[in-house]
Amino acid sequence: MTDERRPAGELEAAVMAVLLTAGVPLTPGRVQTGLGFGLARTTVTTILTRLHEKGVVSRERQGRGYAYSPVQDAPGLTARRMHTVLDRDADRETVLARFVAQLNPGDEEFLRRLLEGDER
Amino acid sequence: MTTLLLVPLVLPFLAPILARRTFDRLAPATALWVLTASALALAGACVAALGALVLTGLLKLPAFAALGELVHPLRTPSDYLVLPAAAAATGVLTLGAWTLVRSAFLQTRAFRTARTQADRRPAAGDLCVVDSPHPDAYALPGRPHRIVVTTAMLRSLGPDEREALFAHERAHNRAGHHYFLAAAELSAHCHPALRAVRDTIRLAAERTADEAAAGAIGDRRLIATAIARAALASHAARSARPDFAPAATTGPVPQRVTALLESSEGRSRPTRWTAFLLVACTVLSVAAGTTGVVAFHRQVEIAQGEEGP
Repeated sequence: MTDERRPAGELEAAVMAVLLTAGVPLTPGRVQTGLGFGLARTTVTTILTRLHEKGVVSRERQGRGYAYSPVQDAPGLTARRMHTVLDRDADRETVLARFVAQLNPGDEEFLRRLLEGDER
Repeated sequence: MTTLLLVPLVLPFLAPILARRTFDRLAPATALWVLTASALALAGACVAALGALVLTGLLKLPAFAALGELVHPLRTPSDYLVLPAAAAATGVLTLGAWTLVRSAFLQTRAFRTARTQADRRPAAGDLCVVDSPHPDAYALPGRPHRIVVTTAMLRSLGPDEREALFAHERAHNRAGHHYFLAAAELSAHCHPALRAVRDTIRLAAERTADEAAAGAIGDRRLIATAIARAALASHAARSARPDFAPAATTGPVPQRVTALLESSEGRSRPTRWTAFLLVACTVLSVAAGTTGVVAFHRQVEIAQGEEGP
């Protein structure tokens, strides 16, 4: 999926994911290379500007442009508490579909072999 | 009459095996519909049968017989059979109702908490990121739909794999899988055997989302590796906890991964008639339950003197 016809929300989510995993402020060019799909650099810049206007990312001057990083603020900490609440209710995944379930003994070995085979 | 009412109580014990068969034979999206509809119907028939048994027992008591305006005694098999059955049915119904209310309360609370927190934050598209050292991700239905992902999960996946994860969660939200999961949960509280069916429904929902994501991304193997990596990361983060999961069966994650790697595009599986054994079992159960309840109703009418015996 190397096109820009994807909904704006999906593009914003992808860009945000890149910023969050980086750990350091990123320029639009670095964000572009960190994406899992092709996207024009101008589009990346537009998305970053939009995220900055929303207050989700902060930016600082770097060279001729800006470097962006995600805002980790008080709401972010509340969200951590929410996660603890969700974790406690063992059967919450019945309504909230979880990406991966608990592994059984033996499953781990199977998955590890698969991933190792993939990298070879 | 009483024998017919026992059929919907016994047949669900066959459902777990038949549900597996349905899941194995049908495409995931179709299986999800068939399984959920069958589970709901089996649960409905079971509750109706239990209700009829409870009423039969109650109408045997003089006070309730007077309340029900019975002029003749209700014609049933021996009291030694009907009264214990009615008592047991009352117990089962009460227990089921209690666990259902408890589960509904817990899940609504968890959902509300998640929703409130997700809405409080400014969102980047549909993504809600939680700062947590535990890798986790789930679809959060509502207006608008959200994907909740922890920072640890984002870091354990590569860029392509993150897109695969997002596509999977978006597929859940788009297809409204939470309704199916809620229906599965509801039926699981009506009959103990339907708990295993609930697990199959969950697996079918995940498989459906996997296939939808594979279609959107165009790479089955990528979805498979994303799932494998996410599962391993979550497992490593949780390995401090005692693991009570029995090793008897292969867990859902390897099943999903294997299915993604196995079925190449355009592979059509032959739909065998065994896929519909579950439907047949459900129809039989509902038919027996309905006939039983109708027969019970007729007996009550006769006892009320509305019709000649």
